[in-house]
Amino acid sequence: MPLSTEQLLHLYRQMVRIRRFEEKVNQLFLEGVMPGTLHLYIGQEACAVGVCEALQQTDWITSTHRPHGHAIAKGVSMDSLMAELFGKTTGCCGGYGGSMHVGDPAVGSLTAIAIVGGNTPVASGMALGFKLQKTGQVVCCFMGDGAVNEGAFHEGVNMAAIWDLPVVFICENNKYGASTPVEQVVKLEKLADRAHGYGIPGVTVDGMDVLAVHEAIAPAVERARSGGGPTFVECETYRFIGHSRSDTRGYRSREEEAEWKARDPIARLAAQLKESEQATDEALTAIAAAVEEELEQAVAFARESPARAPEDCLRHVFTEEGAH
Amino acid sequence: MAVAQPETRTMTIAEALREAIREEMRRDERVFCLGEDIGIPGGFGGAFTVTLGLAEEFGHQRILDTPISEAGIAGAAVGAALAGMRPVADVQYADFLFCAMDQLVNQAAKMRYMSGGKVAVPLVMRAPSGATTRAAQHGQSPESYFIHVPGLKVACPSTAYDAKGLLKTAIRDDNPVLFFEHKLLYGSKGMRAEKGALSPVGEVPLDDYTIPFGKGAIRREGTDVTIVAKLLMVYKALSAAEALAEEGISCEVLDPRTLVPFDTELVVESVRKTERLVIVDECPRTGGWAGEVAAEIQEQAFGHLDAPIKRVTAPDTPVPFAPVMEKYYVPDEQDIAQAVREVLRWR
Repeated sequence: MPLSTEQLLHLYRQMVRIRRFEEKVNQLFLEGVMPGTLHLYIGQEACAVGVCEALQQTDWITSTHRPHGHAIAKGVSMDSLMAELFGKTTGCCGGYGGSMHVGDPAVGSLTAIAIVGGNTPVASGMALGFKLQKTGQVVCCFMGDGAVNEGAFHEGVNMAAIWDLPVVFICENNKYGASTPVEQVVKLEKLADRAHGYGIPGVTVDGMDVLAVHEAIAPAVERARSGGGPTFVECETYRFIGHSRSDTRGYRSREEEAEWKARDPIARLAAQLKESEQATDEALTAIAAAVEEELEQAVAFARESPARAPEDCLRHVFTEEGAH
Repeated sequence: MAVAQPETRTMTIAEALREAIREEMRRDERVFCLGEDIGIPGGFGGAFTVTLGLAEEFGHQRILDTPISEAGIAGAAVGAALAGMRPVADVQYADFLFCAMDQLVNQAAKMRYMSGGKVAVPLVMRAPSGATTRAAQHGQSPESYFIHVPGLKVACPSTAYDAKGLLKTAIRDDNPVLFFEHKLLYGSKGMRAEKGALSPVGEVPLDDYTIPFGKGAIRREGTDVTIVAKLLMVYKALSAAEALAEEGISCEVLDPRTLVPFDTELVVESVRKTERLVIVDECPRTGGWAGEVAAEIQEQAFGHLDAPIKRVTAPDTPVPFAPVMEKYYVPDEQDIAQAVREVLRWR
């Protein structure tokens, strides 16, 4: 079923929110006002948004060291994300997690796991828990191309496969593991071919096209929910910026970058919306303006929020009430 | 007024653990087991028979046989716990925990902290520990690694009574618990019986009881030297104490029961009385639990000590195979008695 205009505009808004959030935090980081490190999602927005659009509020995602986009797409508030990046008490992890661990269980966004491949068995375990409790919930496990070479990936995907768990594995193949080209570390042409080794479906989609991502994920989610088991979906995508804060991208050409930037998922959807006359320039500008307002407010919220007391670091190692 | 005594049954540790799991699974639908060979019909009931017969009562969804995938087992337990279940996972040998280190150390132990206290990971990971002529990769005592990981609790039962009570506490705890069981203490029967095992049996109440974490037990009262030991070493320490008593030396033997949290107070109290401390541990010496206890006690009770604290541990080598070498490797009664005599030379 084709998406309604309202849904399409929602996808557009979500991608713009992620893009602008990332550009903003990058700027704040370069200005030296934001601590930590950053793995930005710029360029990959269609993946998170296309996936989360296919999920219900009660479904869960597990994320990676590059989690801001996933969290925003699943519904973590920009205020609490920004505050987390500033290490404030009002952050979505109370300042205990930072950029690489953002998430909010209240909206089904698990505290991100920044060990490559480390979230795969955890996602399968969550799906096992939901299956045993017959809740009908689905888990979407985001990972990068690097994860498919981790042992934990193998163990986690295999378990999901043998037990028909309600999980969808989403591999965002952004072509580089830090600086290493994926073709240097994987013999397969398509990462999705790994799925055949587990006896589950594997598909490859254009990760720069939010509609294509959604179209591939929606049936995989329904298959998972109805007891059909996991699907592995490879989203071919590209991060427009470096791997992390110190990356000057010497390992890839500016020409290659330009080719991918020409496939910008936000510009693409904007063009589609205008061509189909589902949105005017003015409507899209209004969305962008609303996002700017939300963003400015998030920055103000984060900056004005109370800092952690140093000794707060001693809390939350164990549940405070202990055994019960 | 006569107090009704709870009904008890004589059990081995393996049986006591099985009863704990059975009772908790009956009590709470969220509790389930996952591990290798734990419920296969005609199989072993886990490497040491602890889950034998449970699949017949609870079915194969709740006694879930897994692939040989220790990282997967630990990770799935983390995920299931996050999804509201109370998994009791196990590895066949504690040595295999190393295959699952990332899941245990980076995920299980840290998810709560990284989330700012928003999520909990109530899982139990059972692990058979100790040297049993299986050599270097099936005979380690890796408890010490895990006391170094903030966010993990570590339990080490040495009696059948404790095994049931501590496992029930572990299952009800909202935090991840590493639960170490000594292979020579299980009392597994039939084809899984261990040669040379001590297999202590004890009276175990048939009703519901728990043992709080962080409360050690005095296994033998004494006045001259305090010996702290865990798992199999509790029994070695008790034998040594028995022999030393004939020499007129009175040893107090303490069993911490859990390493995290650790009952420092019990040891300090005892050392106030005896003024001497020997720690016995099957873990290798360097960076081990025994050294940690020694450091803690000298910080808290230095003024009470009349002699340097002595450690009796395995040497800093892998676990050897040849029985004659393994016997040398594992601390025994003579090693403990020798250490006690040494600390008593300081008068």
